[in-house]
Amino acid sequence: MKRRFRIGPALITLAAALYFFVPLYAAFQFSLQMKRGELSFAAYGSVFQDGVFLNALTFSIIASAAAIGVGALLVVPTAYWVRLRLPKLRAVVEFVSLLPLIIPSVVLVFGQIRMFGSSSFLPLTTSDWGINSLLVIGYVVLSLPYMFRAVDNGMAAIDIATLTEAAESLGASRGRIIFSIIFPNIRAAVVSGAFLTFSICLGEFAIASLLNRSAFGPYMVQLGQDRAYEPAALAIMSFGLTWVLMGFMQAFANMKPGQRLFRLPFQQKGPRP
Amino acid sequence: MPYLSFTFIFLIAPVSYLVIGAFQSPEGNFTFENMAGLANPQIAASYWLSIRLSLASALIGTVTGLLLAHALILGGMPVWIRRALTTFAGVASNFAGVPLAFAFIATLGRLGLVTVALKDVGGLNIYGAGFSLFSFWGLAITYLYFQMPLMLLVITPAIEGLKAEWREAAESLGASDSQYWRMVGAPVLAPSVLGCFLLLFANAFGTLATVIALTGSNFSVVPILLFQQIRGNVLYNPNLGYALALGMILIMSVSNVIYLVLRQRAERWQK
Repeated sequence: MKRRFRIGPALITLAAALYFFVPLYAAFQFSLQMKRGELSFAAYGSVFQDGVFLNALTFSIIASAAAIGVGALLVVPTAYWVRLRLPKLRAVVEFVSLLPLIIPSVVLVFGQIRMFGSSSFLPLTTSDWGINSLLVIGYVVLSLPYMFRAVDNGMAAIDIATLTEAAESLGASRGRIIFSIIFPNIRAAVVSGAFLTFSICLGEFAIASLLNRSAFGPYMVQLGQDRAYEPAALAIMSFGLTWVLMGFMQAFANMKPGQRLFRLPFQQKGPRP
Repeated sequence: MPYLSFTFIFLIAPVSYLVIGAFQSPEGNFTFENMAGLANPQIAASYWLSIRLSLASALIGTVTGLLLAHALILGGMPVWIRRALTTFAGVASNFAGVPLAFAFIATLGRLGLVTVALKDVGGLNIYGAGFSLFSFWGLAITYLYFQMPLMLLVITPAIEGLKAEWREAAESLGASDSQYWRMVGAPVLAPSVLGCFLLLFANAFGTLATVIALTGSNFSVVPILLFQQIRGNVLYNPNLGYALALGMILIMSVSNVIYLVLRQRAERWQK
């Protein structure tokens, strides 16, 4: 079928592009108007000078990073083991990993608050440390569907059975196989899942707010109530950040095992020893 | 296995706790009273509002996303436009929550760019005409920013799966364009479109942060009501809160499960 230019599809595409573009332009334009009568980046400066902003952002970055670490430690050995030895459990593991798409985060945190309350067997909500752990755990659960899929796709691309046999015949232990053989081979997949997790958790609102953590999501909502121009600046910056994170996620997801994203000049070409 | 024990303790057990609590009286006896309590006017109104908003936003998202996907894939658009919009859709479908609300306040809020431009250029005062970003249709328009891209992404494989041979076969038998769509295209696409509609419905139903950032806690969709209940027991009955949560889980599961079933049906055509 020959492709020919038609006016209808062009108009639809144009309208969609406008709908996508206008809110970003409006937020950008609005963010520049903090000083009366001139365009300036004052709103951005004001955001960055706010100590609360930096604290909230740092807290959320640490919480998201912890969630990525715990999530990877949980998912990688499981996905490996299920593929290699327990294909029967695969359906169960996959189903559980998809549950967070059905359970809204507000429901999840509700259950956790009640379950781990002051009179329970594991009273996590009574200490600061416990609540922070609950937040990280909540983020791990939220990211399970994405992490599992990324890692599982990564495993599908390599021959784990042969790698495992080779490692076993050289006398490697179970843990060593996972950490020194499997993990490096699916690094790109894990990193791709990590970027997606990061973009979900960084601005997360419901869990952080209900656990009373001064994280980035609740901070943004508060800012929206108190200020006029700074929220627009934040919207622009978050959109930029989301774009970067999604870009990295895509780049890593499409990488072949062993391939590097950037090759530094002093690194030798060709396969590594 | 650490994975199964982790998910059991921190995902399945807490959710089961709520589900069991939904069928218990405050004294711990079995009862259907909480579920029946969902019919009280405040809660029923909240569910009805959530369902209407999710239906409206999913319907608009499905139609516009489908039109856009059709235009991009079958409308002869240059490849770079198609690629640019698909990349953008990947970002925009993840750009939900608080920053999205801020961008729309700058666009359609009382002093938003579009609001002011319509008044200055077209003499149209949309707030005077009854529109508000912080109301039903305002929220629906805002949701569209992540719903339309999501629809574009999930429906693209189905539209690409429409084989050129089918069209050629139909045309060589003398079918017109509308006949082809009515008798071949639409029936093949229908399960995918319906499935994606349900995915979008669930996506809208669970949205919380965008609503809070736009309206505070004034717009009482189900997630907001539950949020307030967890914060301060506004329903004056903890077990009624559990029932509220169970209702949310049920609606989310039903739409997601039908989505998965329909997707499997649709994949038959994509082999």
